[in-house]
Amino acid sequence: MSVFKPRDWGSHAPFIAPGYKSTILRGPSRPPLAIKSGLTEGTGPRFAPASVRALDFDLTKNGITNGEPLGERIVVHGRVMDTDGRPQPNILVEIWQANAAGRYVHKVDQHEAPLDPNFRGSGRCMTDENGNYKFYTIKPGAYPWGNHFNAWRPNHIHLSLFGPGFATRLVTQMYFPGDPLLELDPIFLGTEDPVARERLIAKFSIDKTEESFALGYQFDIVLRGRNGTPMEN
Amino acid sequence: MAYGETPSQTVGPYFAYGLTAGQYGYDFTDIADPVVAGPDAKGEHIRITGTVFDAEGNPVNDAMIEIWQADADGVYSEKPVDVADAGFRGLGRCGTGTDAKNRFWFDTVKPGVVADAQAPFVNVIVFMRGMLVHAFTRFYFDDEAELNATDTVLQSVPADRRDTLIAKRVETPSGIEYRIDIHMQGDAETVFFDV
Repeated sequence: MSVFKPRDWGSHAPFIAPGYKSTILRGPSRPPLAIKSGLTEGTGPRFAPASVRALDFDLTKNGITNGEPLGERIVVHGRVMDTDGRPQPNILVEIWQANAAGRYVHKVDQHEAPLDPNFRGSGRCMTDENGNYKFYTIKPGAYPWGNHFNAWRPNHIHLSLFGPGFATRLVTQMYFPGDPLLELDPIFLGTEDPVARERLIAKFSIDKTEESFALGYQFDIVLRGRNGTPMEN
Repeated sequence: MAYGETPSQTVGPYFAYGLTAGQYGYDFTDIADPVVAGPDAKGEHIRITGTVFDAEGNPVNDAMIEIWQADADGVYSEKPVDVADAGFRGLGRCGTGTDAKNRFWFDTVKPGVVADAQAPFVNVIVFMRGMLVHAFTRFYFDDEAELNATDTVLQSVPADRRDTLIAKRVETPSGIEYRIDIHMQGDAETVFFDV
């Protein structure tokens, strides 16, 4: 028996989603071959808490050179769990995003918006024993891209997780509620099931909002569940 | 199922300063890099290299490849991955944007056999702009013909596509290299797995 339940392909985009043009030449054209995920895919890299340094979870501080980064300070809380609702402890969450003006630090990004000398836009954090994570950042700006005429990416934060096994690897994007660009974005819309893609939108939370400091968002992340009895760790 | 899976989204073109900062020269630490096994790791030290090609045969210069493998004794590491570790780490990550020919490379040891009816192999994940869902594949080794013939997964692949999973051993002045390209589409389209 496979270690993990089969991937729910209905919750994911197809490899080729023609609205997102790059998928046409880059997505595999043939369906993936099903194999039982045994020991191999059931195992996966572990990370020590020490691999997250003190400021890694605070993107408002980890790129400072001469002052505070510009933009709207936010705090993102979330819980990583599996499809059975089991919290996933000690999961490394890697984060990267554009700055408040919609510009990435990446050398390839040529968008004519300013870089912020006090914001790099990458960080990481780890889930606690209850599967909860938290990071501080600046709300990323929207930016234009070349997919089609007048194409703009909605505000989003990139997140990368390994999960308990190599098979549960997930790279995703967190969006913001009420963004009018979502309904126009072929990457967001690549997930055809509207119920599934709602899971990509964080919820604003006044409870998580820190008074006079940062607006709070909640973004829970659900990974594939295990088959049968959970393995003891 | 009580909860639905969070959909996968593309890694996009700008992952490097978050995921592969050291390799690309950004001021941030790495949790993984192209070194899967440091100099102290037991086993035959090898380098795995290759190019990712799109449907038109152009090399992809913004892909990220991750590999996860067993050590020379066929054991998956349970200790935390540490890029300062001179021994066996198990995990490798490499972007295709820094090599002049847009190759990926991994410095590792040849994995041992993990279980019966398996040949030595490396688990691979391919990410890139233009992939909303990452794809899993495997690298096998061409000098393991006997074991490859007994590997349940490899033998489940149609015979005319098996070669897409088998890396070729080459002796170079700097050591043993295994070469394998990843073709996203076309006649030589790599076999991807639903694991």
